[in-house]
Amino acid sequence: MEFQDFAPKLTMLLYGVIAFVVVVGGLLLLLDVVPNFFARRREAALIAAAEAPADGAAPGAPPRRGLRRKREGLLGLAFMIPALLLLLIGLVIPAIRTIILSLFNGNGEKFVGLRNYGWIFQENDIIRVLINTLAWVILVPLLATSVGLLYAVMIDRARFESVAKSLIFLPMAISFVGAGIIWKFVYAYRGEGDQIGLLNWLWVTVGGTPQQWLLDPPLNTLLLIVVMVWIQAGFSMVILSAAIKAIPADIVEAARLDGVTPWQMFWRVTLPSIRPSLIVVVVTITIATLKVFDIVRTMTNGNYDTNVVALEMYNQAFRYQENGQGSALAVFLFILVIPIVIFQIRNLRRQREV
Amino acid sequence: MAVSTRPRQALVLATTLALALSAAACSGDSGDGDSTAGSSPECAAFDKYSGSDGTTVSIYSSIRDAEADLLEESWKSFEDCTGITIEYEGSGEFEAQLPVKVDGGNAPDIAFVPQPGLLKRFADAGKLKEASADTKAMAEANYPKEWLDYATVGGKFYGAPFGSNVKSFVWYSPKLFAEKGWKVPTTWDEMTALSDTIAAAGIKPWCAGIESGDATGWPATDWIEDVMLRDAGADVYDQWVNHTIPFNDPKVASAVDRVGKILKDPKYVNGGFGDVKSIATTSFQEGGTPILENKCTMYRMASFYANQWPEGTKVAEDGDVFAFYLPAVDPAKGKPVLGGGEFTVAFADRPEVQKVQTYLASGEAANTRAKLGNWVSANNKLEIANVGNPIDKLAVEILQDKSAVFRFDGSDLMPAAVGAGTFWKGMVDWINGKSTTEVLNQIENSWPK
Repeated sequence: MEFQDFAPKLTMLLYGVIAFVVVVGGLLLLLDVVPNFFARRREAALIAAAEAPADGAAPGAPPRRGLRRKREGLLGLAFMIPALLLLLIGLVIPAIRTIILSLFNGNGEKFVGLRNYGWIFQENDIIRVLINTLAWVILVPLLATSVGLLYAVMIDRARFESVAKSLIFLPMAISFVGAGIIWKFVYAYRGEGDQIGLLNWLWVTVGGTPQQWLLDPPLNTLLLIVVMVWIQAGFSMVILSAAIKAIPADIVEAARLDGVTPWQMFWRVTLPSIRPSLIVVVVTITIATLKVFDIVRTMTNGNYDTNVVALEMYNQAFRYQENGQGSALAVFLFILVIPIVIFQIRNLRRQREV
Repeated sequence: MAVSTRPRQALVLATTLALALSAAACSGDSGDGDSTAGSSPECAAFDKYSGSDGTTVSIYSSIRDAEADLLEESWKSFEDCTGITIEYEGSGEFEAQLPVKVDGGNAPDIAFVPQPGLLKRFADAGKLKEASADTKAMAEANYPKEWLDYATVGGKFYGAPFGSNVKSFVWYSPKLFAEKGWKVPTTWDEMTALSDTIAAAGIKPWCAGIESGDATGWPATDWIEDVMLRDAGADVYDQWVNHTIPFNDPKVASAVDRVGKILKDPKYVNGGFGDVKSIATTSFQEGGTPILENKCTMYRMASFYANQWPEGTKVAEDGDVFAFYLPAVDPAKGKPVLGGGEFTVAFADRPEVQKVQTYLASGEAANTRAKLGNWVSANNKLEIANVGNPIDKLAVEILQDKSAVFRFDGSDLMPAAVGAGTFWKGMVDWINGKSTTEVLNQIENSWPK
């Protein structure tokens, strides 16, 4: 290949980089300059107001303050409008539309009431999907959090802490699809000859016959769950490690003086101290798990009884053109998330009160 | 993709200029064009499509990469001569994206829809435009009636077929067959006997693979459909596809079991890959390749599998691989052929869109595309001499054979929830060990009410 063949592409790349710098730089500048401008104006106004009473216009002050507050409120609203508008377009309206669609048949023409919801609990296939999702939601947060916690406690103040931390945090940087593909290779199967899959290679080395790991339920769902745990453990480790470091040193010291065993230290001191962070981690991972889609789609595409709600929802709505059933699954997923969100909000409130 | 963008830019520039010039030249109706482009002799064939200089027609389909390049090359002279620019877009998510585009008010002018089921859905919803009289006449002159029926909904005709493929093929190695003295079977019983002979010789006679990413399972549905056509006949096949008999009808069950006698017999499969279950995880692209290493001997797969062989494989009657016609169970009932293809339907009825649609139905379009290689059509104006590789020639011969009973791929005719959903999935479960009854009941339950 001649350089000339690449030249147009490289020029394009250059344009791209320049455009990126201009747009992002411009945005950052704007975000920096605009609030600064308003801050300076307010400062000036405050100074003016402070000097104003010297003129002896005391009765004039309250309406001016009211006016200022009103103007600030308007300014706040102006800043919120874009966000509210986007929320409306991107979240509220689609949510309402999904709920309406879930009451109609496949092509959205005939009102069928709650039939689509009944369908969720009638089809054997869909019940299987619900059971699988339940398995995911119970196992992933539990495993990912405990692995992360265990790791965080073990490496706390160890010699190569930062290296050890980055090792387990690395999978977080990989997309779910990427992780799915990587693990698909780990589980790969060859009927004869050399095994290209890591797991089968190990299995054959210890004397087993090659297995089709992703073919038999419930083992295959568990093996998919491993992938999600592999990704999420890093997240839980980072948050929990930070929380552990934030435990006041005097508490730890007092416990030491009282002569606690490491076991007691963990259960009586560390765990209660990091409880709020622990809850945040569990809730975040639970919600992410309810939405799991990419891993299952890349690795088994929901075949061999590994399907989950989010993937089935996509299949129903976009591949099978059964919008009603797809929407019903979406609403169902939404309902499943609500208690978790309420729990989290109450938790935050309680923390604030303390 | 080696298509440089410069000529296309030049074309756009040229058409824009042409538009500006023609607008300046005649402000009135451009009517029976002595249009700037259409005058040269090589453009004579396109005269009837002239008069829409400077317009653009968008086409959306699932054909991508190298094949899409050939497609764009095939209508280049049409574009140059008529001044109609065709904006082509191919997508790997075509089936999921097209409804989104259409429902979102962003429909392409023309789509190549390979599923009559999807075509019917759009027609019923009133989204498709009825084909023009020209297109209809062209299609009726060039395509067999069965094909046109698939694009006719409620008495209205929506578009002609374009590319096609024949699925009733079994790939094999002529070299190995000659060496061992095996003969290409011409009846189902001969094929079973041959399988036994091969198995006795210590080779797994069949290879199979139904993994296909998102669409895992479809090669198995093709198997079932092919055998349904042979076992129960075309009439029952139609009833099955239109759901006038249930999916778990005993006739369907017996066809599935006949396929099971091959695909679920550990003595017969799965050469080169493992046991019966390995069929589920073997990709259909890889499925037939062990034929080259004599690890298996027969692979039922469509004509387009010719593109899957490694570079340097000779596809010919005396070459490394070739295919024979999957024999009929009862030859007295005729020669059933299972196939597929795409239909060129329109979401707009502007004159230039109708012109492109008419052109695509013509023998000219079919022959131009076929000359570029690796392409088959049921168009009866297609000359076999223009078809490059021997397997495509065989496919065209079968498509143009008057005694052949052609039926379209059944899963493409069924509602997507079954045809692209539970049927595929059911086949995966079936290979994976579920019983025929259980799988068929499950599919029957999922048929949209």
